[in-house]
Amino acid sequence: MSKNWPLWEIFVRSKNGLEHRHFGSLHAADAEMALENARDVYTRRNEGVSIWVVESKYITASNPEHNGELFEPAQDKVYRHPTFYDIPDEIKHM
Amino acid sequence: MSEEKIKSLEKQFEDRILRDEKIEPKDWMPEKYRQTHIRQISQHAHSEIVGMLPEGNWITRAPSLRRKVALLAKVQDEAGHGLYLYSACETLGISREELYEQLHTGKAKYSSIFNYPTITWADMGAIGWLVDGAAIINQVPLCNTSYGPYARAMVRVCKEESFHQRQGYEIMMTLAKGTPEQKDMAQDALNRWWWPSLMMFGPTDAESVHTAQSMKWKLKRKTNDELRQQFIDQTVPQAELIGLTIPDPDLKWNEERQSYDFGEIDWDEFWQVVKGHGPMNKERMNARVSAWENGAWVRDAAIAYAEKQKEYKSKQAI
Repeated sequence: MSKNWPLWEIFVRSKNGLEHRHFGSLHAADAEMALENARDVYTRRNEGVSIWVVESKYITASNPEHNGELFEPAQDKVYRHPTFYDIPDEIKHM
Repeated sequence: MSEEKIKSLEKQFEDRILRDEKIEPKDWMPEKYRQTHIRQISQHAHSEIVGMLPEGNWITRAPSLRRKVALLAKVQDEAGHGLYLYSACETLGISREELYEQLHTGKAKYSSIFNYPTITWADMGAIGWLVDGAAIINQVPLCNTSYGPYARAMVRVCKEESFHQRQGYEIMMTLAKGTPEQKDMAQDALNRWWWPSLMMFGPTDAESVHTAQSMKWKLKRKTNDELRQQFIDQTVPQAELIGLTIPDPDLKWNEERQSYDFGEIDWDEFWQVVKGHGPMNKERMNARVSAWENGAWVRDAAIAYAEKQKEYKSKQAI
């Protein structure tokens, strides 16, 4: 009856003040074991103060084939950046 | 997909790599790129896992607590490295089960160096110093390889690896400064591990079938012969410093090349070990396969427990 352990994605906060960052993945039977394994696999040298684990199947990812329609529209919107606007040189701090 | 479409995708792909862009798991990639990466990353992962066996042999007999905790930590790192690499490999669409299957049936290879026996404590020194030293030289360029998950795993591996080499060299140094018997033991280990370590860089450039393609994909940044020479040039002075002799009568400094000339490697031995006829091939595979099989009930019990807990929680929710 060999059933495989599911895959989990591991996110680690390296210190307070920083966000959790994706560190990698591992297999575990349940969330608790995923946490324990993540601690051994990804934080053997004080790399973290907090761990999130989420089963990989719950992550929805965008498809790189759709990158054009998703991300290109932002490229021609220079007016979203401060340098688009002309301001006299005398004005400091704006 | 039409042949023309594939050709144009391949061209775009090669251009991205030329521009040093990274390739990520869901990006389109040529089938050959995928297969080559599965082969190399899994071989690398298997080497880390099998690599625990020769050293595991000495954990219970380490000569002091200091040596024991260091060796334990090193072996644990190797398990970790195997796991980073297996996960990186799985992003290419192969399952962990398939990867293990390939290792256990002998379809996938692992580094031949682990098919040599560890018969004395000095072997722990020689492995750390030479085998990890050679591995670092092979691995550092991979931190920049084109496949993102592999490159990220290698950054972590390389960061952790330098302690391995230093702990090995320290063992050799201590033995070399010890009693005549201890020094002999260190020299004997160097004698046995030197040539197999040089073989870790693979066949000569003239014989290497994968080099050209791997250089193009940045899976390799330097050729086997270049890396081997780098290892020799860096290791010879380290041996001299602790009064040990490299077992190669042809080893000589070449003033003109600013490098060491060295003797002929026994390539027959190399191919024999690769083909499974090394001193420990059978034993390593038996140990690995029986650990996997004897652990099956633990894995099954864990998943059964997890399912039961889930069921219990969902019943409580009603």
